[in-house]
Amino acid sequence: MSSQSSKWPLWEVFVRSRQGLSHKHVGSLHASDANMAIANARDVYTRRQEGVSIWVLPAEAISASSPADKDILFDPANDKVYRHATFYNLPDEVKNM
Amino acid sequence: MDLNQRFEDYIAADQKIEAKDWMPDDYRKTLIRQISQHAHSEIIGMLPEGNWITRAPSLKRKAILLAKVQDEAGHGLYLYSAAETLGAQRDDLMDALIEGRAKYSSIFNYPTLTWADMGAIGWLVDGAAIMNQVPLCKCSYGPYARAMVRVCKEESFHQRQGFQIMLNLCEGTDEQREMAQDSLNRWWWPSLMMFGPNDESSTHNEQSMRWKIKRFSNDELRQRFVDMTIPQIELLGLTVPDKDLRWNESTGHYEMGAIDWQEFFNVIAGNGPCNKERIAARKKAHNDGEWVRQAASAYAEKMRTDVMPNQTHAA
Repeated sequence: MSSQSSKWPLWEVFVRSRQGLSHKHVGSLHASDANMAIANARDVYTRRQEGVSIWVLPAEAISASSPADKDILFDPANDKVYRHATFYNLPDEVKNM
Repeated sequence: MDLNQRFEDYIAADQKIEAKDWMPDDYRKTLIRQISQHAHSEIIGMLPEGNWITRAPSLKRKAILLAKVQDEAGHGLYLYSAAETLGAQRDDLMDALIEGRAKYSSIFNYPTLTWADMGAIGWLVDGAAIMNQVPLCKCSYGPYARAMVRVCKEESFHQRQGFQIMLNLCEGTDEQREMAQDSLNRWWWPSLMMFGPNDESSTHNEQSMRWKIKRFSNDELRQRFVDMTIPQIELLGLTVPDKDLRWNESTGHYEMGAIDWQEFFNVIAGNGPCNKERIAARKKAHNDGEWVRQAASAYAEKMRTDVMPNQTHAA
């Protein structure tokens, strides 16, 4: 009963909304190969001119950081406010810096 | 920190839960149930309207109806994908649907008898769906919320094209007006039932509200829908098929007559006018497509081995 599609890999879909912007993740779909993934991504994610270019990527090719590692990875940035321009108070006379 | 505490803190702070975050089993189960039922509704929802694609009264209407039905397919896919982020398998969900084990919105088990039903469905059924779906854009589970944002963006065209069909019929001949009224008569009550049982008898309400999956109760959303829709019915010059309906000056809301919950539970239990037909149609489409899926798999396998003959046999 079970169909072939369960064996089809999952593809993550990225769409460039217009020239000059980066591709942005929009969702995922199953397809037998990259060509079918692009064809289906076009039908599913760009029915209203949402894009000028599509990337598809096998979901299994993505390595992700674990939510459990969030503190280890991102906490060190917490106390480094001096990395932001707003950290530096300059006299009003200095405009546009 | 305790995982459950962190989850509760996230919910309390209106933070989204993402696929890889820890979540209680019941939260996961509730979401898989709700999202998959929602996906099934989109897919089965293509059938009543698909019935009129070949018989649309003009090429323009046909193109519009095709686009709408295609949107529903897309909505089903966004939702199945969201359910899969929770660990559900697409084929299990599909099997549950075609084997009659899964639920979907009761509304799609009613027949589409006239062209006016394309108007009533877009206007009332999609209208009720929007009422349900807009709050879901803020639901606590990120992938579901994001899918709903996409769906809601596309849904408003559905409702407007439906209302326009009704409007055109109501501006037409007596016969066309009667057709519109007949359609409203048949779809009004099932549309109100789309919001689910009354709050006091709804089994999933309270927990889902606490988890911020649901933001408003069934009765609240139903009331909003009625308050919004009655003036539209008046604008069309049609009659609300509810003799007990009255405007309550002091509350500023319409009071509706009693809903026939017997009918609702009967349809949910599989005994609506079209339950069997809908499942049979879905099953046939699924089975008829089997050879296409097999061919696509065979082709993909062939291309893979043709391109990389050495790697395939290396192990």
